Amino acid sequence: MTSLLTADAVARVRGLPGVDQVGLEQRAAGLATRSIKTTAKKWAIDTAIRMVDLTTLEGADTPGKVRSLCAKAMRPDPSDPSCPAVAAVCVYPSMVPVAAEAVAGSGVHVASVATAFPSGQAPMEVKIADTKAAVAAGAGEIDMVINRGAFLSGRLDEVYEEIVAVKEACGEAHLKVILETGELATYDNVRAASWLAMYAGGDFIKTSTGKVSPAATLPVTLLMLQAVRDFRDETGRQVGVKPAGGIRATKDAMRYLVTVNEVAGEDWLDPDWFRFGASSLLNDLLMQRQKLATGHYSGPDYVTVD
Amino acid sequence: MSLFEYAPAPESRAIVDIKPSYGLFIDGEFVDPSDGSAFKSVNPANEEILAEVSSAGQADVDAAMTAARRAYDKVWGPMPGAERAKYLFRIARLIAERSRELAVLESLDNGKPIKESRDVDLPLVSSYFFYYAGWADKLAHAGFGPAPRPLGVAAQVIPWNFPLLMLAWKIAPALACGNTVVLKPAETTPLTALAFAEICQQAELPPGVVNIITGAGETGQTLVSHPGAAKVAFTGSTQVGRQIAKAVAGTDKKLTLELGGKAANIVFADAALDQAVEGIVNGIFFNQGHVCCAGSRLLVQESVAEEVLEKLKRRMETLRLGDPLDKNTDIGAINSAEQLARIKDLTAAGSAEGAQAWSPACDIPESGFWFAPTVFTGVSQAHRIAREEIFGPVLSVLTFRTPDEAIAKANNTPYGLSAGVWTEKGSRILWAATELKAGVVWANTFNKFDATSPFGGLKESGYGREGGRHGLEAYLDV
Repeated sequence: MTSLLTADAVARVRGLPGVDQVGLEQRAAGLATRSIKTTAKKWAIDTAIRMVDLTTLEGADTPGKVRSLCAKAMRPDPSDPSCPAVAAVCVYPSMVPVAAEAVAGSGVHVASVATAFPSGQAPMEVKIADTKAAVAAGAGEIDMVINRGAFLSGRLDEVYEEIVAVKEACGEAHLKVILETGELATYDNVRAASWLAMYAGGDFIKTSTGKVSPAATLPVTLLMLQAVRDFRDETGRQVGVKPAGGIRATKDAMRYLVTVNEVAGEDWLDPDWFRFGASSLLNDLLMQRQKLATGHYSGPDYVTVD
Repeated sequence: MSLFEYAPAPESRAIVDIKPSYGLFIDGEFVDPSDGSAFKSVNPANEEILAEVSSAGQADVDAAMTAARRAYDKVWGPMPGAERAKYLFRIARLIAERSRELAVLESLDNGKPIKESRDVDLPLVSSYFFYYAGWADKLAHAGFGPAPRPLGVAAQVIPWNFPLLMLAWKIAPALACGNTVVLKPAETTPLTALAFAEICQQAELPPGVVNIITGAGETGQTLVSHPGAAKVAFTGSTQVGRQIAKAVAGTDKKLTLELGGKAANIVFADAALDQAVEGIVNGIFFNQGHVCCAGSRLLVQESVAEEVLEKLKRRMETLRLGDPLDKNTDIGAINSAEQLARIKDLTAAGSAEGAQAWSPACDIPESGFWFAPTVFTGVSQAHRIAREEIFGPVLSVLTFRTPDEAIAKANNTPYGLSAGVWTEKGSRILWAATELKAGVVWANTFNKFDATSPFGGLKESGYGREGGRHGLEAYLDV
């Protein structure tokens, strides 16, 4: 979808209303006080598990590590077959073939970070080649990073055109656009980058690489949820949201789901439209799930390390 | 049923010990009323009778005034400020320690959501006592001369919308300045004031310094017209405020009145709209709209009116109405059947005069007093709902084209308690704050209170200030 000319997209993004930092953070704090218990908590934990993009993005990743990640993704709790599988596994492009083979036929998607992740500091042809290679190797979802340098120096047209080009290179694969909100610094910038990514054809907008602090925060995610909601009102096209990095506890995941529910609406309460980019969150979800099922807390040795 | 239905998360009421009946708190003791008459305090969320409360007559008011006078002359008045401060700090700490219990009691008796009594009311209540405790030994440096004197006995009457908070606004500065008090809480919400009386005992406050007498309007009338009162302080309706002003006129009593309001909440086109919508919701639906400074008139610039209304309605869909003790409740019960009838009367007038009412789909509990959050569009300045204080979760939406028109409409009201301005432009905030005739002007926020900040109205919203350094003046001979 590249129906907007670059100049039009940039002009619209520049005309967006402002974001009031105090008000936004206050709203996020208010949503975080919702008390989620019993049946609602059970539903939310299972939904959160189904939304996890189980991720390993380390220089030390090996095929063995990726295969065990895939096994966990398909069957997160070996002691309980009723536990749902996660949405996807997320790996570097070189590991995509391993992951694609491991999860084949399971319904778990393979996502890959491309475009010179995490910095994005590579020539355009390299980013395109990176993307194409990941897709060719079997990735159904591409997580790209935006050019933050171009964005911060005001070259929004360049950011827009890069996303358009990567989207084209994705072919059938879904494109998640990582804004790296921690480097964008202001909420106004996050809103602008969100709309730019959506106008350029991104299927998902994602907060962070997980390599920069702060990564995902509730206010930033709230703001991105407002953006996808308003974007659908304007264009009719629905875009997903993926907070990533730093979400480790079930309690936090609940807060994100409450925010999805009350800000964007329940149309987004689905792994097709909301994901958690996380590695350690899953185990906490599993432990809380076991606690709800058995009535007692078992501890970290009752879930698998990978 | 929605996909993500939150299960009930009720706060336990086991922490609260409500007695079947309460006497009057006079001279440090709970005593029976002289004529034995009583009334009942009900839980507005389910009409359950919570307790029987004594009704004070003339003899009881006399007794309370006498006790307060004696305490003023013998103990509290002569006491050094630093000593008074110790008692106030002790009260503040006890309130903070017992805040969960007091929050639950407040929600039971008043109908407000626990998340507001827990997160807003109680933290503010203790902070007002802490704040004024700090002033008790520094009155000479407050800007009212080298040795400002207390007035004597203060007769205080408070409303039902923030029972404990209004008590704190009245009692904390009065005691800090060296006055003693006789306070009458509203007849629908007396229980937290009676719990406060127990806290005074726990703090070993000298007998007679604080006296709490309960009763209806007649008791209040007897209290404010009592010749022993050196000072009268009232928060409540403009109508009652007028009667009190008449009763006090011609005497040497000092008077502060904090009365009604019909605040304008002005949203300019350049505002951060998503946050402005939050401010509109907080402005009118906070405490079910039972707030004298509620932003009950939304003035929105025509160019963004449609967008703002759409966002507002979508936001209102997520408001949860129901059990005040549920931690997820956003809108609790209307305080009394009388108040509910008044809200219904005024909203019916709104519809009859041609404004369009809209409410989100929400289940109304079968017992208790409830009113769904409502927004009226197509309202003009000539409608009753744009003139009169509704004191309920009802918002009237008006539009404007230019900044001058916004100010003209905002000021076109007999009231002048508060106003709100939403714009990203700093110069416009400063300009609007100068032009608006209101005691408080909030910029890019609403319904924010702080012990250090003075609060009070212009025009029919009353006179005098509470809170902050200014709040001391009302209780000092300056």
